[in-house]
Amino acid sequence: MADLAIAQELNPALVLGKPGYADVTRKVAGIVEGRMPRVWYIAIACTGTLTLALAAMLAYLVTTGIGVWGNNSPVGWAWDITNFVFWIGIGHAGTLISAILFLFRQRWRTSINRFAEAMTLFAVACAGIFPLFHTGRPWRAVYWLFPVPNPALHIWQNFRSPLIWDVFAVSTYATVSALFWYTGLVPDLATLRDRAKTRGRKIVLGLLSLGWRGSARHWRHYELAYLLLAGLSTPLVLSVHTIVSFDFAVSVIPGWHTTIFPPYFVAGAIFSGFAMVVTLMVIARQVFNLKQFVTMKHLENMNKVMLATGLIVGFAYATEFFIAWYSGNRYERFVFLNRAFGPYWWAYWTMVCCNVFIPQLFWLKRVRTSVPAMFVISILINVGMWFERFVIIVTSLSRDYLPSSWGYFRPTPVDMLTLAGSFGLFLTLFLLFVRFLPMISMTEVKGMIAADSAHSGDRP
Amino acid sequence: MSERNPCNPVSLPGDEFPEGASVLDATSRRTLLKLMGASLGLAGLTACSRPVENILPAAKGVEDQIPGNPLFYATAMSLGGVATGLLVEAHDGRPTKIEGNPDHPFSRGAASAFHQASVLGLYDPDRSREVMHEGQPSAWDEFAAFAKGHFSAMAAGERLRFLSQTVNSPSLEAVRAQALNRFPQAKWIEYEPISEDEALAGAELAFGRAVRPIYHFDKADAILSLDSDFLALDSQTVGYTKDFAARRRVASEKDTMNRLYIVESQFSVTGAMADHRLRMRSGDVPEFVADLARELGLLPAGLNVLNNDPRRRWLAALARDLKKNAGRSLVVAGPRQPAAVHAAAHWINQALGNAGKTVTYVETPRRPQIAALKELAAEMAAGRVETLVILGGNPAYDAPADLEFSRFVKKVAVTIHLGVERNETGVLAKWHLPEAHYLECWGDARALDGTASIQQPLIQPLYGGRTAVETLALISGHKDQRAYDIVRNCWLAQWPGAHGEKTWRKCLHDGVIPLTASPRVEAAPDAKRIAAALAARRTATGIEVNFYPSASTWDGRFANNGWLQEAPDPMTKLTWDNAALLSPATARQFGVANGEVISIAAGGREIEMPVWIQPGHADQSISLALGYGRTACGHVGHGAGHDTYALRTSAAPHVVAGASVTRTDRTYKLATTQEHHSMEGRPLVREASLDTYRKQPAFAHKPDEKTNLFQLFPRFSYDQGNQWGMAIDLNACIGCNACVLACQAENNIPIVGKEQVMRGREMHWIRLDRYYGGPEEDPRAVTQPVACQQCENAPCESVCPVAATNHSPEGLNDMAYNRCVGTRYCANNCPYKVRRFNFLDYHKDVQEVEKMAFNPDVTVRMRGVMEKCTYCVQRIQEKKIQAQAEGRRALRDGKILTACQQTCPADAIVFGNINDPQSRVTQLKKQNRDYTILTELNTRPRTSYLAKLRNPNPELA
Amino acid sequence: MSHLEDSILEQPGSSAAQELAAYGAVAEFDSPENLLEAIRSARERGYSRLDAFTPFPVHGIDEALGEKRSRLGWIVLIAGLAGAFAAFMLIWWTGAVDYPLVVAGKPLFAFEFSVPVIFELAVLFASFGAVIGMFLFNGLPRLYHPVFQHSRFERATDDRFLLAIEADSDCFDAGGAAEVLRALGGEHVEVIAE
Repeated sequence: MADLAIAQELNPALVLGKPGYADVTRKVAGIVEGRMPRVWYIAIACTGTLTLALAAMLAYLVTTGIGVWGNNSPVGWAWDITNFVFWIGIGHAGTLISAILFLFRQRWRTSINRFAEAMTLFAVACAGIFPLFHTGRPWRAVYWLFPVPNPALHIWQNFRSPLIWDVFAVSTYATVSALFWYTGLVPDLATLRDRAKTRGRKIVLGLLSLGWRGSARHWRHYELAYLLLAGLSTPLVLSVHTIVSFDFAVSVIPGWHTTIFPPYFVAGAIFSGFAMVVTLMVIARQVFNLKQFVTMKHLENMNKVMLATGLIVGFAYATEFFIAWYSGNRYERFVFLNRAFGPYWWAYWTMVCCNVFIPQLFWLKRVRTSVPAMFVISILINVGMWFERFVIIVTSLSRDYLPSSWGYFRPTPVDMLTLAGSFGLFLTLFLLFVRFLPMISMTEVKGMIAADSAHSGDRP
Repeated sequence: MSERNPCNPVSLPGDEFPEGASVLDATSRRTLLKLMGASLGLAGLTACSRPVENILPAAKGVEDQIPGNPLFYATAMSLGGVATGLLVEAHDGRPTKIEGNPDHPFSRGAASAFHQASVLGLYDPDRSREVMHEGQPSAWDEFAAFAKGHFSAMAAGERLRFLSQTVNSPSLEAVRAQALNRFPQAKWIEYEPISEDEALAGAELAFGRAVRPIYHFDKADAILSLDSDFLALDSQTVGYTKDFAARRRVASEKDTMNRLYIVESQFSVTGAMADHRLRMRSGDVPEFVADLARELGLLPAGLNVLNNDPRRRWLAALARDLKKNAGRSLVVAGPRQPAAVHAAAHWINQALGNAGKTVTYVETPRRPQIAALKELAAEMAAGRVETLVILGGNPAYDAPADLEFSRFVKKVAVTIHLGVERNETGVLAKWHLPEAHYLECWGDARALDGTASIQQPLIQPLYGGRTAVETLALISGHKDQRAYDIVRNCWLAQWPGAHGEKTWRKCLHDGVIPLTASPRVEAAPDAKRIAAALAARRTATGIEVNFYPSASTWDGRFANNGWLQEAPDPMTKLTWDNAALLSPATARQFGVANGEVISIAAGGREIEMPVWIQPGHADQSISLALGYGRTACGHVGHGAGHDTYALRTSAAPHVVAGASVTRTDRTYKLATTQEHHSMEGRPLVREASLDTYRKQPAFAHKPDEKTNLFQLFPRFSYDQGNQWGMAIDLNACIGCNACVLACQAENNIPIVGKEQVMRGREMHWIRLDRYYGGPEEDPRAVTQPVACQQCENAPCESVCPVAATNHSPEGLNDMAYNRCVGTRYCANNCPYKVRRFNFLDYHKDVQEVEKMAFNPDVTVRMRGVMEKCTYCVQRIQEKKIQAQAEGRRALRDGKILTACQQTCPADAIVFGNINDPQSRVTQLKKQNRDYTILTELNTRPRTSYLAKLRNPNPELA
Repeated sequence: MSHLEDSILEQPGSSAAQELAAYGAVAEFDSPENLLEAIRSARERGYSRLDAFTPFPVHGIDEALGEKRSRLGWIVLIAGLAGAFAAFMLIWWTGAVDYPLVVAGKPLFAFEFSVPVIFELAVLFASFGAVIGMFLFNGLPRLYHPVFQHSRFERATDDRFLLAIEADSDCFDAGGAAEVLRALGGEHVEVIAE
């Protein structure tokens, strides 16, 4: 009954204009079956080029060495791991929306979860590139990624290392998200299959949908499987960024060695993830005219989540400073003063402005519900979140215990192009997704319409 | 490679080590071994080979050579006319590592950075490889033919001049005598830019004769250095450091230390060690000495320029201290100081009764060089020189600018240049002859006090180079005499009879020839003359410029040595460059910052130099390192730094007064290995005065310092077998670069180049952290050698995903290079930041011949691999295997020496088994000064430090 | 009205042949409510084997069809435990048995540093268990199914709701079943061959 109550209260804003089941199919499947608008071709041309740049930069790196990046001693990790954590963070919104909001019966997730899950997968794919290539010799990383002994030494992995935990966490997360996403897709693929005109589409979609026929018996197992996956993904998504934060929290470097990191990182991840969803959703909704299904209610809710997580992140920043002062540890104190007023002050204050101050605008309903405003703010938030990782990683490393070995990191053009290239890859994958797969879960939207009509009498 | 190497004909070898080596620069060690086999096989065919030349290893006979096991040979290297006895490690006929010769009075087992790096100089691919005649490749035979014709036609040789570097070789002296005998009218000139001219003039002034003071720092309780960096650049040998450090080392709070006062313009290594340092322009030092003389009552207490000056108190206290320690005090004058200061120093030492105790005098054949060179230049200018034979050296680059050597040398019809590299002088010469490196030729050399050593070759000349004696013999006698015969005969002549051969063998083995030290002389200084000379001195005002030898390139001869170029200057930490060193105040006065280019004008000459602000430098004074800005040198040194000789004249070769400085709007990128110079109040180098130490012997430990911190898991026990550890005495360490270079040579550490150093990617496994404390204008400086601390709870190990770094049962933090994937996580998590990552393939440009310098016992790391100090694990293993072979399980303490420890002139580094209660390292770690850095992290480092002490004068404290 | 249907009505005699090879009778309904209604009354008439084909999970259809709760949960639980055990064995065997190495003075195996990997592998195995188990229970992938022959099946993944009275249910005869379905308001009633 509880969910119905929520449904009633949310319903008016979640789907506009009381569409019938067929309208949903026509609308969503229509995007995939029809021609893409011109802007899509322009977009993919640009992002494709960036993706090629990424490939070129990685090839250069592998043939020449990490030296083509700005990394140095003491700053052994710089943009490489910054980008890794950034992308992994983005990759959290999808599962969060699909799994956690699902468990909480937050029905407003319905028309955005597919979209967000896809984004998760692509973000994780981008994230994966960096730890793999930051060794400069990715072919060696096989010893590191998988428990295979080194042919020369037969040494196994060191399971005390957070990097190994990372490998397991990130690969598990990628796999489970993919399963979750695909499971959700199967019924929609069946719909597409049954609408397919050409033989080729029939075959491909037939195979992909595994012969799904929407039988009541199917749905019975399907719904339970989906629920269980949601239940499994919820602790998983929390564990992933917790473990990523262990890379730092487990070390001895002042500014890294902090117990606050796990919750702080998870909040930050959700923060940036939602920001990215909004950025992309606002565009997609415009281009493909999905205002009927992705309503202001959805956007506003996401903005509220951003406001909340933004506050958590801001609180974390403050706590770090308090603890640094309260601990009385001279190295700890120095690191945080150095962040705010040291050579990297500009990075620190960019971070604070974008992540703490600007999101406060979301207190105003006018801003919360203004598409241009949320578009700009969501982009700024991701700028800020990138800088957060940069500040944590680089400022801590550049000035740690022994002043004699302090250094300053300067990025090279290769660093920059690699980052830009990772965005290229992310967006390219995304454009392909909206082209070939239903970006809104028709099944779930129909289910919601049915549930609504059930107690609002009228038939769709 | 090989096409660049004209394989000069070598006869079939008959001796123990391969003559074939000279054609092997392009080939691998494997081939070298093959050839060695062949050469041994052909040993019988002595008929067609030169006489067998036996060199004798210091340790074992060659017949014991086991391929793969190194052999050590005693030899000697000369720098600035002063020899240091060395032991050279040879792997299968390749010299790979230099050590000091324990039997040599001025080495006693230690070697300097220059000695350590000289092995790379041997394999320098840019070395002169062939005889050049007017820029065209030629051959020794052609030169021999030419020489025969040219010199036999010559009568008394009144238009013949010889120009050599400082001669400290008895055999060369002998051959020189023959040559001058053959050409009675010819003149022989010695010149090196870093010379003892002023000291000699000072001795002349004080004693009326050329004597050289020999200092005995081990006997001195109070030492005053007058602008003398006697621990580093102003002594060409390491003996003095040994003696000095011996008096800094204390076992407990009851021990005593010497006290060092220094008056200097540039902040030198010696200045950093001083207990009291007074920074003043070099030009003011004479006045200071005069005042000291007055203070000591040697001069009538008349007008005193320091009268109302804060330094007055300093001076008074110093004088009292010197007096108090009469007979145990010592005044040392620096080579940049004028004759009067040297004379005054002699005078004061005499007056205080130090002469004969802390300083003795020996005869020296040296004569002032610049005057002679000036004369030669004049003759050349006047066209009175027809033939100029330049035996070594590079006057075209380093002669005083006003002599315009490179211009007038063109007026000489025939110039013959013998040089290890075809340098600025070589390219101007009609004939250029490749000179043999000291490691590839026979010779002999005298140490500071005249003690002679035989210089044994370790390998056949790689490029068919010859020595000065051989060339000279060729010129004067027209006969192709081998250095071996010349040197051997020269000495056997002195040991007549049957014992000759035996003595010869013994001298080769020991590396020292007994009873060859120059006779001591008792000399009384002439007070009147000195007083007059002091009175005659007038302090010049305005900006002064000092020239000092570079810690990397010396006078420029090591400019092409990558190890030295990349070794950070001990004080400025600059690499690959020299700079105009200014005090912060003077920099403010000119409104310049680090890296801004200024133009310095003096005596109508002008050079442009980037600025480097040196805290503690004297105001109104600029220090310029010599030896940079080479134009005709190899690819390594080319374009490194700025040529400062252009400002150096014969009139003012050391200190130029009245210079003017103008800013340019250009900046220049300088590469430094240390960007932050304050300890930020962190207890890294712990320091106290001897007094404080006596009052609170445990000052090195904070009261709340816990050594047994709580840890989650039970502590891993390391109480079995050998447990390696190291103790570094910060009180002895002077911060010279010897250990850095020794480590580089021992562990095949790559050279990364200036651009990479600017990115912070230098690879040195041991670094010298130099911190300033106190006021910026006049700080104290401390140095701390930091290599891997070999933590028992190593933070680097727990984060490595592939367990590429883990712990050996003997407590070593090992690296498995072929397991390392290169995540750099270990380096991030190392609180001491001692790990070094191969960001690029730093061995890419290493040429074949350079590979001969590699230590075969140490892996060469590829790109993407992390590396760091291993406590010289290869040396540990070698000795363990040896011990087992000799049926001993236990290793005797002191058997295993790490490369840094072995070369350290101050004996500051001690390595050993901390499980052995008797070992020296255990003893040191028991001392109350012993502490570890960042103890609170519970890393439990195996390397600990002994806190630094200073011994200030209570009056000034 | 498809002619298959007519043929059934016109020649009942031949229906036996149909029955043998029949998958069942399938009808289309236009809303979940009608579907549920039909299911209930069909069951009242004693048809035990019913199946519905809907574009989305219809609320309460399991109760209507009398389906028991899915046992997928057990599969997932077992898979999860297997994952945890595999992770434990991996860490313990590689670190403490096969190649023991002293790392940072830490023990060769400790539960503390094994937690993350054990958790992750448990989740990974469990998720595979859920997805693979679900498809196996559903007999998927199965690219052909008789119901695909229904002339309006494509609407079953769009906006319509199909109800099938399967041939193997008690007292099934094609004609009767079709009749019943039509009576219950089903359109496009078709008897579909196996």
